[in-house]
Amino acid sequence: MLPLRGLACLLLMQSLGEVLARSLSLPFPGPVVGMLLLLPALSWAVVREAVAACADALLQHLSLLFVPVGVGVMTHLALVSEYGLRMLLVIALSTFTGLAVTALVLRGLTRPEAAPKQGGGHG
Amino acid sequence: MAEVVQLWVYLSTTPLFGLTATLVVYLLAHALYTRWQQAPWANPVFWSVVTLAALLTLTGVPYPSYFSGAQFIHFLLGPAVVALAWPLWQRREELKQRWGRLLLASTAGALAASAVAVGMGWALDLPTPVLLSLAPKLVTAPVAMGIAEKTGGIPALAAVFSVMTGLTGALAGKYLFDLLRIPAAGEGWQVRGFALGASSHGIGAARAMQVNADAGAYAGLGLGLQAVLVALWMPLLLGWLR
Repeated sequence: MLPLRGLACLLLMQSLGEVLARSLSLPFPGPVVGMLLLLPALSWAVVREAVAACADALLQHLSLLFVPVGVGVMTHLALVSEYGLRMLLVIALSTFTGLAVTALVLRGLTRPEAAPKQGGGHG
Repeated sequence: MAEVVQLWVYLSTTPLFGLTATLVVYLLAHALYTRWQQAPWANPVFWSVVTLAALLTLTGVPYPSYFSGAQFIHFLLGPAVVALAWPLWQRREELKQRWGRLLLASTAGALAASAVAVGMGWALDLPTPVLLSLAPKLVTAPVAMGIAEKTGGIPALAAVFSVMTGLTGALAGKYLFDLLRIPAAGEGWQVRGFALGASSHGIGAARAMQVNADAGAYAGLGLGLQAVLVALWMPLLLGWLR
């Protein structure tokens, strides 16, 4: 019953998020608001245990959930192939840029703090 | 023979076909992925999509009747995004210490990726609506569609770009990180995971979750954080630029 209760929690939060996002015309989609709502609710053990049982199973197979949208790309193949190779080049290079900049900035910000910690004994 | 054809016509239009085909093809792709030690090029999303697309083309089943079954899987994307709160909650202590640098890294990455995408597209003479659909492609498809709708892009095209970006990250991320000498150990996993989630959303994050638990948690964080941040600033920035 526990995973089922967890799914109910997730759906409830998603619905709440959807209601909030639409009624306040927030710029985020409902599930993102639902995630933000669920975070504080996880402090309660009742919610936490149920959600944990369901979330782990769901996230373990996250990649499966993208397959239907991916196949949908096929229906827009004409639109993409109109611009052909140029488009692929733009997507590949900009993705590499995003990955590299995020990783390098995060590593750069992590390093300087790690160093003084080691020598920061003040003894 | 006529009966077989009739049976196929019936089966191919019921939701059963799309759902079964998606699950079976994915399980096969995943089995091969595991057998090849999770090599990035063996990505199960990529090969499932290619196989299913070929299958639909060969059998002549139109996408809408495939989706009538596949939508049950697609629907779970919503609860899965909500479920990302769980890995975040588990790491809430470290996040409290690191939120500043995570915010900075994801925003720098988003600005750089979008600037390169729009700038290159502009230099290559792509029309403006296409450029506006390229800008939000680093966030997950439903969010990218929402942003494109607001800024004057084409939502369907934004979704396609988003999926392609996710696949690019999942397929090539490992090689890029190796090249940049981000270690595949300790804190390096957090950096790799966060970059994958923040720059190639759920498909990149799914890859990170398969490879390492720490990378997976940070990927979930990157994906969630980026979706919220980009949805906030991108419509404002593009509106101001025009």
